[in-house]
Amino acid sequence: MSMSDHNDAPSGKTRPTSGTTAPRSTLSRRSILQMAGGAASLAAAAGVAAQPALPGGPPVASTMHVRMVVNGSARQLEVDPRQSLLDVLRETLDLTGTKKGCNQGACGACTVLLNGRRVTSCLTLAVMHDGAEITTIEGLAQGDELHPLQAAFIAHDGFQCGFCTPGQIMSGVACIAEGHATSPEQIQFWMSGNICRCGAYPGIVAAVADAAGRT
Amino acid sequence: MLSFNFEKVRTEQDAIRAAAVGGRYIAGGTTLIDLMREEVERPEHLVDINALPMADIRADGFDLVIGALARMSDVAAHPETKRLEPLVAEALIEGASPQLRNMASTGGNLLQRVRCPYFRMLDAACNKRDPGSGCSAINGLNAGHAILGTSDHCVATHPSDVAVALVALEATMRVKGPDGERTFPVEELFRLPGNAPHLEHTLRPGELIVEIRVPGGPYARQARYLKVRDRASYEFALVSAAVALETAGGTIWQARVAVGGVGTRPWRMRAVEEALRDKPPGRNVFEAAAQLALEGARPLSHNHYKVELLPRTIVRALEMAGDVA
Repeated sequence: MSMSDHNDAPSGKTRPTSGTTAPRSTLSRRSILQMAGGAASLAAAAGVAAQPALPGGPPVASTMHVRMVVNGSARQLEVDPRQSLLDVLRETLDLTGTKKGCNQGACGACTVLLNGRRVTSCLTLAVMHDGAEITTIEGLAQGDELHPLQAAFIAHDGFQCGFCTPGQIMSGVACIAEGHATSPEQIQFWMSGNICRCGAYPGIVAAVADAAGRT
Repeated sequence: MLSFNFEKVRTEQDAIRAAAVGGRYIAGGTTLIDLMREEVERPEHLVDINALPMADIRADGFDLVIGALARMSDVAAHPETKRLEPLVAEALIEGASPQLRNMASTGGNLLQRVRCPYFRMLDAACNKRDPGSGCSAINGLNAGHAILGTSDHCVATHPSDVAVALVALEATMRVKGPDGERTFPVEELFRLPGNAPHLEHTLRPGELIVEIRVPGGPYARQARYLKVRDRASYEFALVSAAVALETAGGTIWQARVAVGGVGTRPWRMRAVEEALRDKPPGRNVFEAAAQLALEGARPLSHNHYKVELLPRTIVRALEMAGDVA
């Protein structure tokens, strides 16, 4: 059971063939955590590799080529067909602003814009989106200038721990663009795909209403 | 997630050919990918049909025609849906979340798997997932389960909202397969669990849902969908009711009633409809008719409340549709 929860395609199987992430001059908290987890990850990867093929089953899937425009940059990727769009964004493109909450489409933490529409990136396979345009939380600000909804979340205390916030903001951007941010009740209904376990909902609704009034 | 081969098809012929030899269609993927990750679903070959030209939504006379790949959000927001079949739009909006409605297709919505927790729990008994293994829900946590159409082998409800509206409106579906094309009522898509709950629908191997046709009619505009659930949005129905009325001169000429959340498939209530015909719309008439919904109901240890809630939900929906509340 525990393996089945965690044996998504190992990230080492895929890599961007061009336009990889910017070189890091300092170690991030994330890269230190990755190094600390290295031994365990290797053991897990070995476990997956040792798994025998099912009798009469299909050959182990090879990677497939996918092109995407992510936050305005063209990307060429080799992806394992099993990889969710979420995992490719986080593990392959290192865009870790998009969060993995439930990984079941229930919490909305992984919300991104796919061809301009909000989706839960955990419930779709990257290989299904050749040619797609993706916008993540990293793509909202214009340089140092925050997106109006990002600024509104700060102004209205739209978060506490912040884990759900990127998904809330991406969902809120779409909610406003769809024309659904017309009243607090409408915002509550049309933001219901995003769970906040800290309970910052009043601030979230106020932030979406505020930003909707400015656009 | 187990390995699989992935194929993106460009034509219906290629899709049907791939599925006829065991390929599994994927459209929105919101059910399938979730269950593949849990290894409840283990397809060896995925056939991505999203490039097929089947996402149109259009009016054909007074009928609404919905392509199988049309997304829930697009169907709900389409002007022709709102004009011809507002019940369909209302039922769609009450389902899932905005994100999921942007992803989930109409065909996939009808074919979505059950939300019984034991179905996705690999160490629980489930005849749907593992035929012959038993049913952990019958004596387990079954507050959300069905009271109509159950068997000793499965008590899970069909989770779709829009399917309830489509069944009430006598929608039909056009499918294509290796042996050609056929059209049949959406209601006939769904099987009762009986002693083979792993067989959920009547599609033949390789068949592809092409479009859904919702017939227009005088009742289509006097129609409402009422969904009762544990929270105000983004939750499956405890009980839901899709009702449509045609009234004239203070008399109900025709009524359509289907319910969700209580049946092992979307449940048409023909006895209730018959009891409403030629009667004046009003609370007493609605209450008397709604009691007939309980015929054959078999509550489980934790869902007796549905016996009370089902007729009340129908009455309230009829009042909303008849605007006599």
